Amino acid sequence: MTVPADLKYAESHEWARLEADGTVSVGITDHAQDRLGDLVFVEAPKVGQTVAKGKECGVVESVKAAADLYAPVSGEVVAVNQELAGNPEKINQDAYAAWMFRVRPSNPAELNALLDAGGYQKVVAADQH
Amino acid sequence: MNPPALKRTPLFDAHRRAQARLVDFGGWEMPLHYGSQIEEHHRVRRAAGVFDVSHMLAIDLAGSEARTFLGLLLANDVAKLAVPGKALYSCMLNQDGGVLDDLIVYWRGEDRFRMVVNAGTADKDLAWIERQRDRLASGVGLQPRRDLAMLAVQGPQARERVWQVRPPLRAQSEALPAFQAREQGPLFVARTGYTGEDGLEVMVPAADAAALWNDLLGAGVAPCGLGARDTLRLEAGMNLYGQDMDESTTPFEAGLGWTVALAGTRDFIGRAALAQRTPRWNLLGLVLRSRGVLRSHQPVRGARGAGEITSGTFSPTLGCSIALARLPTAAMPGEMVEVQVRDRWLPVQVVNYPFVRRGKSLLPD
Repeated sequence: MTVPADLKYAESHEWARLEADGTVSVGITDHAQDRLGDLVFVEAPKVGQTVAKGKECGVVESVKAAADLYAPVSGEVVAVNQELAGNPEKINQDAYAAWMFRVRPSNPAELNALLDAGGYQKVVAADQH
Repeated sequence: MNPPALKRTPLFDAHRRAQARLVDFGGWEMPLHYGSQIEEHHRVRRAAGVFDVSHMLAIDLAGSEARTFLGLLLANDVAKLAVPGKALYSCMLNQDGGVLDDLIVYWRGEDRFRMVVNAGTADKDLAWIERQRDRLASGVGLQPRRDLAMLAVQGPQARERVWQVRPPLRAQSEALPAFQAREQGPLFVARTGYTGEDGLEVMVPAADAAALWNDLLGAGVAPCGLGARDTLRLEAGMNLYGQDMDESTTPFEAGLGWTVALAGTRDFIGRAALAQRTPRWNLLGLVLRSRGVLRSHQPVRGARGAGEITSGTFSPTLGCSIALARLPTAAMPGEMVEVQVRDRWLPVQVVNYPFVRRGKSLLPD
């Protein structure tokens, strides 16, 4: 399972990337897509919606299960990746290229509170069963 | 206490080499997929895929009483097997009219027959068949064929690929009609399947399975796992034992009334009980045209009453979710009902099934 070193992670298997313009891109990890299997529906939050760290903000659904999406940081959603609605398999193909939505963070300190790659690898190891 | 290790087919090493995601299926370690179950599904509908179905069990019967015995054992009538090689799909019932299993039986000519039963029920089925044989037809020989492996090659190009890697089989099976089989030595080839596509199911001695598998993959046939098997069979409107029916349900409650041969006076195990039981529900199809996935056990509600989904999935060919559901017997195709999906009631349409034929939707517009 890939766990890129330059990203931050939530225990609930979302990744977060601070962009040059100060927004945070969010997706689900390679481990998450592997556990879910082929994705068939993605329900991302809407542009303009306020999300709260640790709270449900969407759903990803595979052939075998549905899983809630949790916002890793709080803020206003400023962009949603429209490609994924019709082609959710892009997440299976490359989980870290398939950003789902972007947030303008209301509390930049929250990003630092997320796990780094090493911390997330431990979560993955504990999740292998 | 350690649980017993999972059983493996002769193709286990081949599955690992092909990067299979392995799962426990009824006590067998079987491939769920080899990367993407949706890709595998599409390969079967568009070209050719191969499934290892060696976990299923072939049981050979022989003897002058074998045909009569099967006439007592099965709800469908083996008298329909008028041509050697012909296959019959049937339920096997208990004395209450409940379904013990669904299976296929072939007449192999003379006094020989072959039944193919599901993996999860094989031990139960064999014990039941032996008990009934001892009671009703003690001269019939029974032989479970754990020495055979079985590959299902399915799709519009499936038969061509089989003949490409095993040229002698072309002469053998080119003229084979659907739902018939041919044998040559230990090789048994049937034009049957569980996907709704054309194809062949091939039984070979276990030692020959890996070579056939490898040759098929070399010819471009996609390895396909249980995930694709389930989406394909549900699109094709085929029941899954243990999910769509079980020992507590009659064939009439599982959409399998058409497999119960009641014409005439043939007595068979469960016939008397069926006559005393009124179906509690019908099995019908559901389609969810908006976002979401229908799944087993989700409750159904509607003007006619309540129901429950037995099997649901996302249909890769249709691009939406489909299901089989137990509905009140008055429910009609075309009506709208609601299914509880996670925490919401979603509108779904009642439809007949199969949902897909020859890769095309059969759904009403």
